[in-house]
Amino acid sequence: MDNSLRISHEKELNLEATELRLGLPGSDEPEKRSVVRSNKRSSPEASEELECMSKGNMNSNGSDVTSDHDQDNVVPPAKAQVVGWPPIRSYRKNNLQQKKGEEGEGSGMYVKVSMAGAPYLRKIDLKVYKSYPELLKTLGNMFKCTFGEYSEREGYNGSEYAPTYEDKDGDWMLVGDVPWNMFVSSCKRLRIMKGSEAKGLGCL
Amino acid sequence: MEGQAPSPLPDQVLENVLETVLHFLSSRRDRNAASLVCKSWYRAEALTRSELFIGNCYAVSPRRATARFPRVRSLTIKGKPRFADFDLMPLNWGAHFTPWAQALAQSYPSLRRLHLKRMSLTDRDLTLLSLSFPHFQDLLLTCCEAFTTTGLAAIAANCRLLRVLDLAECVVEVADEEVDWISSFPETQEETHLESLVFDCVECPVNFQALERLVARSPSLRKLRLNRYVSMSQLHRLMHRAPQLTHLGTGSFSASELDPEPDYASAFAASKSLVCLSGFREIWPDYLPAIYPACANLTSLNFSYADINAHQLKSVIRHCHKLQTFWVLDSISDEGLQAVAETCKDLRELRVFPVNTREEIEGPVSEVGFEAISRGCRKLQSILFFCQRMTNAAVVAMSNNCPDLVVFRLCIIGQYRPDPETLEPMDEGFGAIVMNCKKLTRLAVSGLLTDRAFGYIGTYGKLIRTLSVAFAGDTDLGLKYVLEGCPNLQKLEIRDSPFGDGALRSGLHHFYNMRFLWMSSCKLTRQACQEVARRLPHLVLEVINSEEGKADDIEILYMYRSLDRPRDDAPKVVTILH
Repeated sequence: MDNSLRISHEKELNLEATELRLGLPGSDEPEKRSVVRSNKRSSPEASEELECMSKGNMNSNGSDVTSDHDQDNVVPPAKAQVVGWPPIRSYRKNNLQQKKGEEGEGSGMYVKVSMAGAPYLRKIDLKVYKSYPELLKTLGNMFKCTFGEYSEREGYNGSEYAPTYEDKDGDWMLVGDVPWNMFVSSCKRLRIMKGSEAKGLGCL
Repeated sequence: MEGQAPSPLPDQVLENVLETVLHFLSSRRDRNAASLVCKSWYRAEALTRSELFIGNCYAVSPRRATARFPRVRSLTIKGKPRFADFDLMPLNWGAHFTPWAQALAQSYPSLRRLHLKRMSLTDRDLTLLSLSFPHFQDLLLTCCEAFTTTGLAAIAANCRLLRVLDLAECVVEVADEEVDWISSFPETQEETHLESLVFDCVECPVNFQALERLVARSPSLRKLRLNRYVSMSQLHRLMHRAPQLTHLGTGSFSASELDPEPDYASAFAASKSLVCLSGFREIWPDYLPAIYPACANLTSLNFSYADINAHQLKSVIRHCHKLQTFWVLDSISDEGLQAVAETCKDLRELRVFPVNTREEIEGPVSEVGFEAISRGCRKLQSILFFCQRMTNAAVVAMSNNCPDLVVFRLCIIGQYRPDPETLEPMDEGFGAIVMNCKKLTRLAVSGLLTDRAFGYIGTYGKLIRTLSVAFAGDTDLGLKYVLEGCPNLQKLEIRDSPFGDGALRSGLHHFYNMRFLWMSSCKLTRQACQEVARRLPHLVLEVINSEEGKADDIEILYMYRSLDRPRDDAPKVVTILH
C-alpha cells in the first residue's frame, strides 16, 4: 500500500491527521520528530468496544499535529511514554540511549569524538564539563594534540588541529563559536579536524 | 550371633534401594511425582534431591525448604515477577535474599551451585556466601540487584574452587569506594578453576592488568564476557591469552589507543573453538571484518547492542551458516532480516529489539522481514520480535512455515494497532499461531485484539504455560476463555486490559496450579480479591496501589500460591489480602 492510499484510508476513518515522516525513525537526521498519534483506535467498530477500557490505558497521548513543512522551530511534544511499555528492560534501554546520545535523555549526554587520521572513536559525556577550556583540555589529552588560542575572528589559527562539532542542523561548526550551554544542547558529535580542514567553518 | 551387626530390616533394605534408584532421577517433575507415591518414597526422594528449584521465593519459607531437602548441592531461586523488569513494581518490593542466605549457610555446607533470578541480594549476603560453602563452585545471578563490587570481591577472594561467576543483566550498584574486584582473585593460586566469567553488565572499569593475569592463569576458561570498559586492543590481548574460549563477549569493540593496531582478525582466526559471540557494546563497525574468520563456526551471535545497518550485517551474516541463536537490533531493517533468512537455515531462536522504543507509524522492520524469516528459517523454535507494524497474513505465514515454534512473542509497539493492510484486529494471526504451532508453551500478544483472540488461545493453546497480555481484549470473557481453556497455564501476566472480577472468579479452579497471576491496570476490585483470598487460603494476594485514596480499584494484583504464612517484608504500598 503506497503512501497516498494509506493517507486516504486514515482520513476516511477519521483519524486525526498524522505526520508522514520522510525518513525511518532512528535514522541519523538532525531533527527527529516522533510521529504523534491520537488516542483513537483505527477502526470504527473497535472504538465502540473501547467503552469498557480500563482507566490505566493510554495515559500517553498527544494530539498535536505537525508536518514536515513546518518551521524548524516548531517541535511537537514528544508522546509521553507509558510506564513499562514497550516491555524492554531499562538496562537495555539505557545502553542504547547512551549510544544515541542525541537528546541527552537519561543521566549522561554522550557524544562520539573522532579525529582526522585516527581509526578509532572515543565517547565523552558533555554533561561532565562546565566550560570550553575544560572540554578542550580533555580532548587534547585524549588525542595527544593541542589546539592553540581561540579567537572569534580567526578560530584556532596557528594550531595543527581544530575542534569542530556537528550541530542539530547537521552543520559543522567550530567549537567555541556559540555560548557553552547552547553548544551542549546542540552538539551531536565532535571531530578534531586538521587546521586546514577547519578553515572556512564558522557561525551560521 | 554375637559380634555381628543385626541384619537390616526389610523396610530399610527397600529404602536403601529406593534411595539408590532415586539418585538417578534428575527431572524435578519426575521427582515431584515420585514423592507423592507414599511416605517412604517421599522421604527417600527428599533425601536424594540434590538440585532444588524454587520458582517463587515466597512460595515456601527457607526453613521449610531446607527442612524437607537436607542434602541440596544446587539451588535455583526466582524472585520478582517479570513485569518488575519494566518498572511496574515499587522499589524495595521484596525478593530479599538475606533470609535464604542465612538458612543456606546453616543447612547446606556442601552447597556447590547457586542460581538466583530477580532477587535482591546485598554485599553482606555475598560475603556470607563466600565464607559459608567451602565447596562452592558456581554462582549465577540473573537480573539481580542491590549488591556492589564489594560483594563480588568477596566471592573472588574467598571461593577458591570458583568455576562459574556469571552476572547477567544485573544492576551492580556503585560502591562508595570502587572496589577492584578482579584483583581480589588470589594471585597466589597458580591456576584457577574458572570456566566461566561473565561480567558484561558490571558498569565500572576493571583493572585490566589484573584481568589479563587472571585469564592467563585460568586454563579451563571457556566463557568470557567482558564489559564495555574493555577496549578492542585489550580484547585482542585477552584472546591471545585464551585461544580456547568457546563463548566470548567482546566488550566495547571500539578502540582507544593511537598505537598501530594489532591484527584483530588473526585473534579471531586463532580462537578456533568460538561458537558464541556477544558484546559489541560500543561497536565501531569498521572493525566488523575482524570477526569474519569466526563466523563459520558460530552457533550463537548477539548483536543486540550493536547499532549496525543492513549492509554491515550482511557482510557478517553471509558467513554464518551454522547460526542457531541470533539477537539483533532492528537497525538492520527488513533487508537485514532477509539476509538472515537466506543464510541461517538452522536458526532456532531469533530476537529483534527496537532501537527506537517510541510509537511510530513505520519502523525499520515489519511484516516483510518477519515473513522472510518464516520462509527461510523453518526450524525456528523461539521468536521475540518488536516492530511498529505487522499483518495477520505474515503471522499466519509464520504459523504455517514454522510449526516447531515453542515460544512466540510479538510486540507491536503501537498500542491497539490493527493490521495495517486489512484494518482488522490481530485476532486471526495469533489464532493461527495457537492452532498450528502445536508445541507452543509461551505466548506474548500485542496489537488490536478482541475477545476472539482469547477464545482461540483457550481453545487451542493447551500447552501454554506462560502468557503475556497488554492493552488487549474487550470483556471478562477474554480472560475467562484463557483461565478455563488452558490447563497448563502457570504464569499469566496482564496489563491494561478490561478484565474484571467476573473473569478473576472464573480461575478459582486453577489458581493453585499456577505459579503466579499478575494483573495491573485492569478492572479488578478489592472485594473480588478479598473473596478469592477467602476461598483459597493458600493463595497470597498482593495488592499494590500507589495512592491511598482509591481503595476499591486495584492498580496491581500480584497473586501466588504459598505453603507458608504471607511474608512480612513487604513495603507499605503493598497490602496482602488473606
